Amino acid sequence: MDKLIWLIPVLPLAGFVINGLGRNTLSKGIIGAIGSLLVLVAFGLSIATFFQIKSTGAPINITLFDWISVGDFKIQFSFLVDQLSSIMLLIITGVGFLIHLYSIGYMHDDKGFGKFFTYLNLFVFFMLLLVMGSNYVIMFIGWEGVGLCSYLLIGFWYTNPSYADAAKKAFIMNRIGDLGFLLGIFLLVNTFNSVAYADIFPKAPAAVAAGAPIVLITLLLFVGAIGKSAQLPLFTWLPDAMAGPTPVSALIHAATMVTAGIYMIARSNILFTLAPDTMHVIAIVGLATAFFAALIALTQTDIKKVLAYSTVSQLGYMFLGLGVGAYTGAFFHVLTHAFFKALLFLGAGSVIHAMSGEQDMRKMGGLKGKIKITFITMLVGTIAIAGIPPFSGFFSKDEILAAAFAHSTTFYVVGVITAGLTSFYMFRMMYLTFWGKFRGTHEQEHHLHESPANMTIPLIVLAILSAVGGIIGVPAVMGGHHELAAFLAPVFEPSFKILGEHELSHSTEWMLMGISVGIALIAMGYAYTKYVSKAGVPVSDEEERPTLANLSYHKFYVDELYDLIIRKPLDALSTFFYKVVEQLGIDGFVNGLGKGTLETSKGLRLLQTGNVGFYIFMMVLGIIGILVYNFLRL
Amino acid sequence: MPNLKAGQKYIENINMITFYFIAFLSIFFSILVISAKNPVHSILYLILTFFTFTIHYILLNAQFLAIVNFIVYMGAILVLFLYTLMLINLNKESEPVKPFMVKMAAVFGGGILAVALVASLKITGTSDPVVLKDPGLGLVKNLGKVLFNEFLLPFEVSSVLLLSAMVGAVLLATKDTKETKAIN
Amino acid sequence: MESLTNAIQAVPLNHYIILSALIFSIGVMGVLLRRNAIVIFMSVELMLNSVNLLLTAFSVYRGDAAGQVFVFFIMALAAAEVAVGLAIIVMIYRNTNSIDINVLNRLKW
Repeated sequence: MDKLIWLIPVLPLAGFVINGLGRNTLSKGIIGAIGSLLVLVAFGLSIATFFQIKSTGAPINITLFDWISVGDFKIQFSFLVDQLSSIMLLIITGVGFLIHLYSIGYMHDDKGFGKFFTYLNLFVFFMLLLVMGSNYVIMFIGWEGVGLCSYLLIGFWYTNPSYADAAKKAFIMNRIGDLGFLLGIFLLVNTFNSVAYADIFPKAPAAVAAGAPIVLITLLLFVGAIGKSAQLPLFTWLPDAMAGPTPVSALIHAATMVTAGIYMIARSNILFTLAPDTMHVIAIVGLATAFFAALIALTQTDIKKVLAYSTVSQLGYMFLGLGVGAYTGAFFHVLTHAFFKALLFLGAGSVIHAMSGEQDMRKMGGLKGKIKITFITMLVGTIAIAGIPPFSGFFSKDEILAAAFAHSTTFYVVGVITAGLTSFYMFRMMYLTFWGKFRGTHEQEHHLHESPANMTIPLIVLAILSAVGGIIGVPAVMGGHHELAAFLAPVFEPSFKILGEHELSHSTEWMLMGISVGIALIAMGYAYTKYVSKAGVPVSDEEERPTLANLSYHKFYVDELYDLIIRKPLDALSTFFYKVVEQLGIDGFVNGLGKGTLETSKGLRLLQTGNVGFYIFMMVLGIIGILVYNFLRL
Repeated sequence: MPNLKAGQKYIENINMITFYFIAFLSIFFSILVISAKNPVHSILYLILTFFTFTIHYILLNAQFLAIVNFIVYMGAILVLFLYTLMLINLNKESEPVKPFMVKMAAVFGGGILAVALVASLKITGTSDPVVLKDPGLGLVKNLGKVLFNEFLLPFEVSSVLLLSAMVGAVLLATKDTKETKAIN
Repeated sequence: MESLTNAIQAVPLNHYIILSALIFSIGVMGVLLRRNAIVIFMSVELMLNSVNLLLTAFSVYRGDAAGQVFVFFIMALAAAEVAVGLAIIVMIYRNTNSIDINVLNRLKW
């Protein structure tokens, strides 16, 4: 098994090559089958790897070749699969397979079908590279690769200019983060003379004691995570990224790529643990993002936008968990979030499919009888994300909140309020979509239909996982073992040794759970009265909104703010440099030199009479001049 | 002994007189070279000039150079000039006369050059007599040793130079048959 | 021969230099004055020879045979130069029916 783990990323790569070459010649059935089955085989290998690691407890480390070798500095192309990455492998290949399967149905009528599967396979390859790399450079390759695939897939329907713009926006914002990540890697090289995890982590405590710039390193790495995982202030690309096809939103912008930041921090947990200041920053940024994005999600009317802001908010939760030292909880949330958010996105895709491409919730309503499977599965996902037991979201969210409470009450209060907001906007989405009367056109109503089986099967599988996924992390207070924590213990052990355990008393934990569940239920009830009992529908764009709602609906004008304080001055500066420095200064100088030479030579070339005697005479005069100068100077 | 000394003095004087006389002849003939109207006369005067040079070499005891100058310059090169003149049949006075001002400028330029050269000599130069330390210096035996030891490589390379010059001259002077055909 | 060569000691080096300078200048004047390519070529030969004479004088003055070897090389070079140069002149004459250098003034702006 050890020797075969390189197959896991290579299989999707093979799919990329085959589908890429045959995208116009192979039939859709073959392309879909190749794309999905190769990921399925990779999933099988991942399961085998997972069980091997579970039984032996030893990470698998294979070196493929020496990649860069400069003096005594070496970067090896090697893979490391330990407890953390084996779970990521399961998420990527498992959820990835389901989404591939779903895409066969969803993208069936698109003429870019082959291209879509090509990109999707490439994405899976890079994502696997990201999590399997045994050093930061391999991780960076994957990191950039998934960014590229994200760009390609957001701009999949590139003929629409606003979609292409969204793709560019995602790419550029990710670049800002990537720069931080890259600088962080350089600093790591400078400090530890290595990029391999196995070299850096054991040396870290001693190096920090010796005065390594650990806060700077971790902050720079965190900047990378901010960009990739859409945190404040670089979160605005993720909602725009919904321009891509819905399976892309589910796979890349909910389940896998955006959690790369969390994976990276969890992977380097020892570095972050040694930098408490950075941890504090992470917690605050995560909490602020969670709250802020939840506020925006309250008033959105596009079903995918609601989910997008919800994703940003949930990612904020995960960062809060990381920031307060609850690495296991944060990673648990990555896992459960991958299930229920992929489910919700795929469900939303199914709704959009049924509505013939309509995404505005104001034109939906009353769908619960028409598309039953989608309705039930999405309801499961909603309950899970709202944090209502015994669905998976409850356990992971509660673990983070409990850790936040142990860290600071303020964090906890904001976190619980955010949980309430989450519950409200998710149920608002459900009520608007599935309850009440149908508000769309007759044609749409006539056309309403349940999606084909290859789209509903992934929904059902993910719904089951969302419902029961929590059992792997049942806390001790509820009589569980928290198997996930036990499994991940070797990865986080060094950090937990430093952080120490804050045991909450059982009664406190019960109370915290009670509060968060209570608030979630209250929010759900409020949403019910507002959108079902009173049958309220969000007002159309032309009508006035209350000030706060207006702010939220317009995303607090963050994009406009960035436009004003960054893009416009930059634009003005570029115009200045172009018009004045480039055109007048540099061009003027260069052209002036050319013109000057031309004009001078126009006059001077008249000296070239072509008369040899004249030339010789001038030469003799020159020789005389040299002689006179040389000897009279003495 | 005094007799011998006196004899030496006499020979010395003879030699000095010879040098200045030959030097005068050199300048005189070279002026004639550039002023003769007929190119054939120019060549003949040039032969005379080179002959005076040969005498200078003998006076300096550079016997090898004297012989080479005699054979190569006077015997070969100048004959080549004459042949060329004969080939292009220009033995008559056909040269157009330059304007007077141009002539003046030319003489003036050359004169200034001479003045500058002599003046720079006056500034830098010492006036030691030319003393022949080693009587065998310019003999074939001595020069041969130097030539075939120190300067062997340049000597061999110069043979390549001569070969290439020969090939070049042949190539240049041959009529281009293709072109003439095309013209005809 | 011996007695003749031994005796010549009194001519100062300066006089050799002046002689060479004068003949060189005469060569230059010839180049400037004349328009016949062959005569110009002869003037160049004159200049070359004045340098040869000077080199020989220096060689004797310094007691170094290298100077005379150099003169020998210059003569070899001059022979090659004359061969090529005269070939070019013949070509020029064949093409332009003249060896007046003022006719060859097309190499200009």
